[in-house]
Amino acid sequence: MLAMILKEFRQVRRDRRTLAMLIVMPVILLLVFGYAASFDVEEIPTVVVGPNAETVADLLPEVFTVERSDADAGREQAEEALVAGEAHVAFVTDDSQVVALIDGSELFMAQTAVQVVTAASDQVPGLSHEVLFNESLDTSAVLVPGLAGLIIVFVGTLVTSMSVVREREAGTFEQLAVMPFKPKDVFIGKIAPYFLIASIDIVIVLLIGTLLFDVPFNGSVLPLALGAVMFLFVALGAGILISSVSENQAQAIQLALMTVMPQIILSGIIFPLSSMAAGVRWIGYVLPLTYFNIVAKGVMVRGAGLGDLLAPLGLLILLGSVIFGLAVVRFARQLRPAGARVST
Amino acid sequence: MTWGVESVSVAFGDHIALDDVTLSLEPGRIAVVVGGDGAGKTTLCRTVVGLEEVTTGEVSRPPRTCFQPESSGVWVDLTVIENLDFVARGYGLDPVHARSRIEELLDVTNLADARDRLGRQLSGGMQQRLGVAMAVLSEPELLVLDEPTTGLDPISRLELWSFINRSAREGRAVLVSTTYLDEAPRGDMILALDEGRVLASGSLDEAVRTMPGKLFESDRKMGALSWHRGRSWRVWSPNGELVPGASETVPDLADVVTVAALAGEQV
Repeated sequence: MLAMILKEFRQVRRDRRTLAMLIVMPVILLLVFGYAASFDVEEIPTVVVGPNAETVADLLPEVFTVERSDADAGREQAEEALVAGEAHVAFVTDDSQVVALIDGSELFMAQTAVQVVTAASDQVPGLSHEVLFNESLDTSAVLVPGLAGLIIVFVGTLVTSMSVVREREAGTFEQLAVMPFKPKDVFIGKIAPYFLIASIDIVIVLLIGTLLFDVPFNGSVLPLALGAVMFLFVALGAGILISSVSENQAQAIQLALMTVMPQIILSGIIFPLSSMAAGVRWIGYVLPLTYFNIVAKGVMVRGAGLGDLLAPLGLLILLGSVIFGLAVVRFARQLRPAGARVST
Repeated sequence: MTWGVESVSVAFGDHIALDDVTLSLEPGRIAVVVGGDGAGKTTLCRTVVGLEEVTTGEVSRPPRTCFQPESSGVWVDLTVIENLDFVARGYGLDPVHARSRIEELLDVTNLADARDRLGRQLSGGMQQRLGVAMAVLSEPELLVLDEPTTGLDPISRLELWSFINRSAREGRAVLVSTTYLDEAPRGDMILALDEGRVLASGSLDEAVRTMPGKLFESDRKMGALSWHRGRSWRVWSPNGELVPGASETVPDLADVVTVAALAGEQV
């Protein structure tokens, strides 16, 4: 038995990357996730509209951070601001009453807003609230769109991450390198099946979500499909990139998990980004799932259109270009023969 | 038309994997690279097909160069026919021609009955035969096979060599690496490597003829320049002087390689 223990210790010691993961990663993960894991909502982006907008904005409790107050705007503009994700609460004022429109797609913010407004309505006559998009504040309505993204990450990144390294371990990658394929042929060939499978997965998840868990689908398919395709490219690109820098399948899985784990915790699917400590919140803003979650929730729950989602879609394209570009370059370099003279 | 490597050196960091190696590859001829583990055989094969960067020297190869890596290059989760079909499509073969070529190769390699078996369900010999079949499928001008016979039983080795000879007869330049010295005479050209350096090269006759010194046979060990061979001892005389008590003998490739290694140590 001692011999076995000794052998394992020697092997673990030589696998520096695993050793680093075993020792350093738990500390990093605990620190990052510890600061991220918070349901406490301290800031709610808010707009105030109507004739008394200025006055009401000054009187609002601290949790409502007023992004804009517009005396000329009305309820329609307030709802548009919520649909576009500009704010998650809109106070609509008139001469006698104030209605707080609360975006039900942001569960924890909505719950906090309902509590604060309800408490305040005892002292402020004419103050009432309405929860929009997800009136009963169902958890599934908020989680399912993000879960669809999470599934893309799993299929796209985790599974794809093993594809190239598996070929290399089997010695067949060299075959591909010598065959008259262009790197892009091999690259597209590699990701095509996963692209299709992940696309089918998304459809299945969203169908189950809407049919079984009554998740609303208030928007149109186009912006969601666009977001999903962009996000798929990012996830698949990340998978191929990981695969091309890994020496073996175990390393590929470790690296893939290191990219998947933060996306679960820090993308805003579970914990609101605004509740996270500023030191870790920025990580969420560079994660692609954050933006897919915004797009999916925006389309499905709030009925947001293409015009409302240009920013997250643009950022998905940017992240996709960077990650996909890196993956293509790295992949092409590995496949490129060493430039020997070819006689004809 | 000849291809190959000329004064090629390849280094991985501080390690020199190939040191000033020259090898000419000609249509219809088989070049065999022999050497032990770490001799540089695989690096040479990979260099010829363009998978390794050279530090110095020139590499040339025809546009249609096919390669069978050490691992056989077979996709183990594809069937025999799927492996061949993929390679045919990869090289853009005409589908009708590809189909007849695949059938021909399945017959020649005795894999016709295993056409629907997965790569992982094949024996080592069958995998290697399939690997070579995949490599010759597109009728390349240059065929590079990295240790195709390693680990195979004698019958499988014979079958594979018969197939390799057939490929050369069809006009292909063939480069085969092997750890088995007894396979070297099957080639028209021999290149013996040790730690990246050339120990001997040329045809078998040339290699024997150009061996420095003379070789003797004795029934006992006679100094540092003697080695066991079968039931007797070989004794190398670097300057060709007669060795008392030993009779001169005609060297074979194994002797030539051993002498080259001893000569290298003496330098």
